[in-house]
Amino acid sequence: MVTRTEDLIPHRSPLLAFIARWLLTTNHKEIGTLYLWLSFTLFFIAGAMAMVIRLELFQPGIQFVQPLFYNQMVTMHGLIMVFGVVMPAFVGLANWQIPMMIGAPDMALPRLNNFSFWILPFAFTLLLSSLFMEGGAPNFGWTFYAPLSTTYGPPSTDFFIIGVHMMGISSVLGAINIMVTIFNLRTPGMTLMKMPLFVWTWLITAFLLIMVMPVLAGAVTMVLTDRHFDTSFFSAAGGGDPVFFQHVFWFFGHPEVYILILPGFGIASQIIPTFARKKLFGYHSMVYATASIAILSFIVWGHHMFTSGMPLMGELFFMYATMLIAVPTGVKVFNWVATMWRGSLTFETPMLFALGFVILFTIGGLSGLMLALVPADFQYHDTFFVVAHFHYVLYPGAIFGTMAAVYYWLPKWTGHMYDERLGKIHFWTAVIAVNLTFFPMHFSGLAGMPRRIVDYSPQFVDFNMVSSIGSGLLGLSQVLFLYIVIKTIRGGEPASTRVWEGAEGLEWTVPSPAPLHTFETPPPFPPVMESDVNE
Amino acid sequence: MTETPNNQHKHVILLCSLALAMFGFAYALVPLYQIFCEVTGLNGKTSGRAADPATISQVSDREVTIQFLAQVGNGMPWEFRPTEHQLRVRLGEFNTTNYYARNRAAQAVTGQAVPSVSPGYAAKYLRKVECFCFTQQHLEAGEDQNMPVRFYIGDDLPEEIHTISLSYTLFKVPAVQDTSSIAKIANNQQ
Amino acid sequence: MSPISSRLKNGLILSVLWGFSHTAFAAAYDLREGVTEMSRRIQGLHHLSLGVCVVVGVIVFGVMFYSIFAHRRSRHPKSADFHESMAVELVWTVIPILILVGMAIPATTALIDIEDNSDADLTILITASQWKWHYQYIEADIGYYSNLATPTAQINNLEPKGEYYLLEVDNPLVLPTNKKARFLMTSNDVIHSWWVPDFAVKQDAIPGFINEAWTRVTKPGLYRGQCAELCGKDHAYMPIVVEVRPEAEFDKWIDDQRLARELASGQAVADREKEWTMAELMPIGEQVFLSNCATCHEPDGLGQGTTYPALAGGEIAIGPLEVHLDRVMNGKADTEMQAWAPQLSDRELAAVITYERNAWGNITADVVQPRTIYAAR
Repeated sequence: MVTRTEDLIPHRSPLLAFIARWLLTTNHKEIGTLYLWLSFTLFFIAGAMAMVIRLELFQPGIQFVQPLFYNQMVTMHGLIMVFGVVMPAFVGLANWQIPMMIGAPDMALPRLNNFSFWILPFAFTLLLSSLFMEGGAPNFGWTFYAPLSTTYGPPSTDFFIIGVHMMGISSVLGAINIMVTIFNLRTPGMTLMKMPLFVWTWLITAFLLIMVMPVLAGAVTMVLTDRHFDTSFFSAAGGGDPVFFQHVFWFFGHPEVYILILPGFGIASQIIPTFARKKLFGYHSMVYATASIAILSFIVWGHHMFTSGMPLMGELFFMYATMLIAVPTGVKVFNWVATMWRGSLTFETPMLFALGFVILFTIGGLSGLMLALVPADFQYHDTFFVVAHFHYVLYPGAIFGTMAAVYYWLPKWTGHMYDERLGKIHFWTAVIAVNLTFFPMHFSGLAGMPRRIVDYSPQFVDFNMVSSIGSGLLGLSQVLFLYIVIKTIRGGEPASTRVWEGAEGLEWTVPSPAPLHTFETPPPFPPVMESDVNE
Repeated sequence: MTETPNNQHKHVILLCSLALAMFGFAYALVPLYQIFCEVTGLNGKTSGRAADPATISQVSDREVTIQFLAQVGNGMPWEFRPTEHQLRVRLGEFNTTNYYARNRAAQAVTGQAVPSVSPGYAAKYLRKVECFCFTQQHLEAGEDQNMPVRFYIGDDLPEEIHTISLSYTLFKVPAVQDTSSIAKIANNQQ
Repeated sequence: MSPISSRLKNGLILSVLWGFSHTAFAAAYDLREGVTEMSRRIQGLHHLSLGVCVVVGVIVFGVMFYSIFAHRRSRHPKSADFHESMAVELVWTVIPILILVGMAIPATTALIDIEDNSDADLTILITASQWKWHYQYIEADIGYYSNLATPTAQINNLEPKGEYYLLEVDNPLVLPTNKKARFLMTSNDVIHSWWVPDFAVKQDAIPGFINEAWTRVTKPGLYRGQCAELCGKDHAYMPIVVEVRPEAEFDKWIDDQRLARELASGQAVADREKEWTMAELMPIGEQVFLSNCATCHEPDGLGQGTTYPALAGGEIAIGPLEVHLDRVMNGKADTEMQAWAPQLSDRELAAVITYERNAWGNITADVVQPRTIYAAR
């Protein structure tokens, strides 16, 4: 018999019961909700930091913040977006959806699941509190190169290191949980090559996490001992090498950026077939392409280091390997388009975000291909061209992917349809704003504007003004998103079981809202889909 | 369930081990890179060991230019410079050059010179029989000295290299890592 | 259309495109051509990859938009059944590979030429530090610092910004035309990066290591670049200016530098022999302080937290003189406080230390003479 969390604590007060429920829950749906709300909260915090950055960059000169604080904003914005927004959001979606999609009652290790989540609020409290420490928050960029971080980092650097360790442990434990769940708890009949693609992409992402988060832990520990325990991993004086830091960091860093996008690929692969009313084109190809991307991601880390004094052979190797990743990525894009082709398309908000994802992520991927060409990279590296590239793959990529997923699955989670009109307004505002903000950055980078600078030469002012205005609109559009989510939780048109006419998969066979415990016995697979839908 | 709980257990152990192994891998990168760089010379660091003068092959006709550069690390109160900016040398030929150092500070300071060669892969062919960079250097307040580098460039130097730049950066050695003054004190006590 | 008028039409279209691409409008959006053979080849590579990306984007998005239009439910109520095709997967794997090979070939040849640093005519050692550059001409044995020249008042919006705001320095690097210049980059503290877009040269400056790059410029002029690796507080404030002069003028400039150095040492001798008063040193000291020290220690001497300690009432500023001299002249290891002895003259050092000991309420009444500085070197 399942013990309910509420029964563990006698009802002294509703408040205590509420806290106990959320503190102690081992339920994948509740933990998914916790991850998503943490991510959403940190999204606004890191977004506010972006606003500070764009405000200062609106005009040349120092108007609002001093250079030291500006560098802290740049650093914290990156750290929180990567580790506090995108990763927890994807883990939250994994928690909610994977057990339902494979017909499992919960994750394989529910208590570990709870622990993995609860590390994070502590880690981020620690990281954010560094803003108030003597010397300020970390100010060396989210990539914390040595010796800027080792020798010249402020005292808060050590707290940043502990925070990174905590986040890393959370990610690794979560990834182990996900892999064990997928390998062991699929309903009978669901072979690996019959799993939904979101589950596949998360399986591969979890593998990447287990492989590279420990390497980041190693890098960060080396920084700690270089700072305080007389080691010289990254100091030439002691026989070490600052470039060695870059090798260790980017060995983690490159697979990390695929960790930040692969679940998004999986989401697009769920949503597009639903709204095209057509099966995903090339399922096998999509699985192999995702696996190829993951494997290749281990051998391209040097493309972040082309100006560090790399010998010719190294440059050529990393250039060719990086260009090669374009092939499986292109295959995925072509397969999505082929899924749409001669389907029967409708454009509800999830589909709008998924299509926005495909188009704008592709633009980001193409600028990545340009960056792979080493001689050209000598002009692009450490300029706003790179900032444009990664914001295109991260914002319209990971973030739009997450938003698409939220719109897609909110009716299942809450039992209510979201407001479609508001959803469309959110989409169009976000798309316009995202392009206004990040497209001009290609040009300021090409014109010669370096990145991570607080102040710039007036020749870049037009591009920066447009970016800053766009960023304001982008921030506002996300407030609208918050409103839409809260509104949907509180009420709306009742959602049917299947919700979307073209939806396929086990999660669309349970009632909306999904009961706290689903699939306590394994369901038949393939499922029989209901025809009664909301559309 | 498709698998018994025992398989879950096995998977958890396997994946935890993988995570721990990858943490170890990060540290394993330290010796791995060291070996890779020593074999290829790609990071421009010359060997920390003296080359055996007996291994020298004959002097060839081919000449290259070798430039000498000096850097002083922050907080290191020494004057440090090469006595000559460059030499035209033949491959296989023994040469000596000197670096001049003077401690400007009011107290004794120990320094460690760290070499860097450009192009990086030429480092492998620059064989030093004697170098002040092999050990820490200790100077009393105001003391100065000439520090020699005795070297030869192997005749297996790739054809396309015509100029080699050798740079030393002199770093201050913190007291805890100072092996030179301990040696000196030990010597004085004998 | 007849073959002749069809060719005319194509020619007209191409000319319009060529003309457009060379307008100022297009230039504002394009990677610059630069003034070296390498920068031109890199721009060509940029155009090639951009062209490929635009064509791929147009085709893929074109198909998508067509599908969005033609296969929407209202127009296409019944969706098709197909969901796999080995042939199609093969085609759209092989064609991209061929396109990539086409891009990799010119990239490879350009890279091989860029990495050929041999047989240079002159070598310059570029040392980066927080937050300035030092240029040392190896053959000519001349060296000097290059600092941002933009006044703080412009940065703080108290004055209108000049034409080369943040892209101007006191002492530019000077190069001769038509000579291969080889650069050796290193750093005194953290990683910086030396970048001149017009030359398409960018290499990181790494403490304890040297990196190399080269360029050959045919066109005389002034070329501006910036530090391209986050290096701390004033990363935005350490620009690079290169002045390329015809060879004869360059040789004369080298001779002038040597002469200036001799004169400076003559001046320095005179400074050492003179007995300076507080009234003479304080204004010089204040000017040196504002140009070099105030960015961290603040014009009012109050500093910024523990990172940049306050000098007003500061332990060192009102403490023993030898400690103050040592700190200013030799810097503090592992911090951003650099050694100023190589960068400032005896007079400047004497003046700024005198200033620090007697400004903002510090009343040591110490007057430091240039000869004291000289003796301490």
